[in-house]
Amino acid sequence: MTGDANMTRRQFIKTSALVSGGLVLACHLPFGRSTAEAAAQELFSPNAYLRIGRDGSVTVIVNKSEMGQGVYTSLPMLVAEELCCNWQKVTFRASPVAKEYNHALFGPIMVTGGSSSVRSEWQRLSLAGAAAREMLVTAAAQQWQVDPGSCRAENGFVISPGGARLSYGKLVDRAAQLPVPQTPKLKSGKPKLLGRPTKRLDSPAKINGRALFGIDVQAPGMLTAVIARPPVFGGKLITLNADKARALPGVRHVLSVEAGVAVVADDYWQALKGRELLEISWDEGKWGSISTETMHQEYAALARTPGLIARQEGDAATVLAKHPEKITALFELPYLAHATMEPLNCFVDLRKESCLIRTGSQMQTIDREAAARLTGLKPEQIEFETTFLGGGFGRRACPASDFVKEAVQVAMALRQPVKVIRSREDDMRAGYYRPMWYNRVEACLDNKGYPLAWHHRIVGQSIITGTPFESAMIKEGIDHTSVEGAADTPYRIPNLQVELHSPANGVPVLWWRSVGHSHTAFVMESVLDELAHQGGHDPYRYRRTLLAGHPRHQKVLQTAAEKAGWGKPLPAWRGRGIAIHESFGSIIAQVAEVLLDKSGAIKVHRVVCAVDCGRIVNPDTIKAQMESGIIFGLSAALYGAITFKNGRVEQGNFDSYPLIRMAAAPRIEVHIVASNEDPGGVGEPGVPPIAPAVANALFNLSGARLRSLPMTPDKVKAALDKG
Amino acid sequence: MIDLNVNGSRLQAEVGKDTPLLWVLRDHLKLTGTKFGCGEGLCGACTVLIDGKPQRACITPVGDVLGATITTIEGIPENHPVKQAWLAQEVSQCGYCQPGQVVSAVALLAQKPKPNDADIDRAMSGNLCRCGTYGRIRRAIHVASGKPAAKGGKKS
Repeated sequence: MTGDANMTRRQFIKTSALVSGGLVLACHLPFGRSTAEAAAQELFSPNAYLRIGRDGSVTVIVNKSEMGQGVYTSLPMLVAEELCCNWQKVTFRASPVAKEYNHALFGPIMVTGGSSSVRSEWQRLSLAGAAAREMLVTAAAQQWQVDPGSCRAENGFVISPGGARLSYGKLVDRAAQLPVPQTPKLKSGKPKLLGRPTKRLDSPAKINGRALFGIDVQAPGMLTAVIARPPVFGGKLITLNADKARALPGVRHVLSVEAGVAVVADDYWQALKGRELLEISWDEGKWGSISTETMHQEYAALARTPGLIARQEGDAATVLAKHPEKITALFELPYLAHATMEPLNCFVDLRKESCLIRTGSQMQTIDREAAARLTGLKPEQIEFETTFLGGGFGRRACPASDFVKEAVQVAMALRQPVKVIRSREDDMRAGYYRPMWYNRVEACLDNKGYPLAWHHRIVGQSIITGTPFESAMIKEGIDHTSVEGAADTPYRIPNLQVELHSPANGVPVLWWRSVGHSHTAFVMESVLDELAHQGGHDPYRYRRTLLAGHPRHQKVLQTAAEKAGWGKPLPAWRGRGIAIHESFGSIIAQVAEVLLDKSGAIKVHRVVCAVDCGRIVNPDTIKAQMESGIIFGLSAALYGAITFKNGRVEQGNFDSYPLIRMAAAPRIEVHIVASNEDPGGVGEPGVPPIAPAVANALFNLSGARLRSLPMTPDKVKAALDKG
Repeated sequence: MIDLNVNGSRLQAEVGKDTPLLWVLRDHLKLTGTKFGCGEGLCGACTVLIDGKPQRACITPVGDVLGATITTIEGIPENHPVKQAWLAQEVSQCGYCQPGQVVSAVALLAQKPKPNDADIDRAMSGNLCRCGTYGRIRRAIHVASGKPAAKGGKKS
């Protein structure tokens, strides 16, 4: 396990603010029980991560945002395993923003991302549970006047050597008086909870409409705002006539703010109607003419020139120059929107000396600091409540805090509680996208048909430049997130050179589920497949050979291939493709089976997925995240593209930016490869392999090789005509 | 002032008749289980039952449903077989689209108690799920209909 043990111990030190109930009172519940009820039954707070009530209830305070990935269940499981409590009595609560809840590995901010929640919290939460268990055991031993070492904890009870039992609820008063163990010992033996499929704790609230998302926040006197934004990035307001909007019933204010013009009304519909009546002229600034077509040309030209070197083994350029036969493959991947089902929104109640922000954020510390800078309040004066997130995928971890800042700015003009909501079109057009990528690969084979040289140039915007993460994540000009998955490929390639160009333009870009891997996996696994065919090898065995020395990769690959029936004949109308990719500490292989209809549309019929994500917390969550990543990746592979014309985003809603629907969803089988390695992430790593697996299956079916995403019917038809 | 029959109660709201039912439910009646996803009837997050039929509340003017029986996610009993199946199959991830999915599934089963996969495709393809829970939704609908779940969702 990674992690800073000293830091962990420091965080165990009781602070009076946390123990006195200040934390409990300061924190709103995501749903259900009132704060007063919660406070009344909570007593024993050995550390920042759990509370045990006199009724034996265990509340785990979760410092990660729940956006579907299951942290409100998997993180409580880590505590409960060591606490030896009754799982039926465990509930969760979103943590406030405080240093105790900062990311255990990423530095002094509270953030959910990088598929890191279980990885970063495993040690800290296990120790938190163990410390509480030791205190409860000691409390019972004192009551019985026996040696604590002779007692054991089980299912919410401490059991004496003679078999007497005391429930945790009966022990909390005494336990609360004890010192917190500074070096609690973890249990030995087989886990009771970890590794078993465990029902999500948040499901009942979600299917009954009780789960509170940011967009659901209400408050007395609250107004709702929508913002008219410039049609191009960096545009500025020139003239505004809001007379008609102001005349509309329910419209309370029309305000010029940094993001554009805010229409504030009693409800969303009135605000939206008011916005339609604004007469605005914009200065389109310097990005008013950008177009995808021009950017493609610029990127392609850049890819013909040397970039900064991200990885160099041997001398790929020289080997390729001398080699008579080589493949040159050009890959285009578009900008992509996160398109969370819940459009971005933020509630702000700004008072003179305080501020309450309620929203679904993945990066609370940075959002709160942004609000502090705008309002002049200290960060501690701003209470930041994390609601449920109706999808995140990186969009709600925006270092620029765009959706929080705009709401704070509206609130500053109002001094009245306000919720800013983006319409679907706002959400899709106001930016932050997965960057557009252009890749150029030249490669050649040795006389046995295996890769001899691979020269790879990657062109695309850096998502890190200009953020607080720049100094940590950009080294010698290389944004690691641009080249991850390529520069660190595990394949045995004796002459390998990976170069990077990071052009700048006005398009706001951000991490998007699986980040750099979302483009590099497509390129790496497509080229590998081409080379296998060119070298006369089976694409599965080819990969396995090139992954010699990586037994985990080989096992995952083999599992996927075997479960998919690799090598068994398929009907003539169906093709099969394989891909493997490691990201966020986990290794995933997928086999896709596809068919084509007359229009050239690809239908993915079946996906077999094998995953090694190290030690397991909740296997059902792992399966669910693999299914989720595959569908998410498939939407991008088959449909997804944000394009620009005259500086304007050409998409706006789910008609122009389609997502996979029920009828197009493949049958998915997930196989977890048993592993005792450190835990890996599961939220993102399911995404990267699916696009190349589908492209490789299309090749297997039709001989057509698509190197441009999305794989739309017109591109498929063009490739078929060419082939 | 308009009168609505929602989840068996008579509720009133001070809104124009062109206001979409979605915003009457969410902003005025504080029934926030019905979700906003697209505003164009494209995603199904706002699905409610109007006289038993699934409708997109985001494009339904409230004036059109004044005499109707409206059922939202909050009005479907917690022990309804669809909700129970959703829990048993662990369908929800972020959960935002699930109220709409559940309502669409309730409508499907009311109309067709033993749907096959093609029926499910037809009835559920108007409901988007960005988390990709489709396979589990399919299984849950089969389970709610009394059929044992086929592993992995759709049959080949």
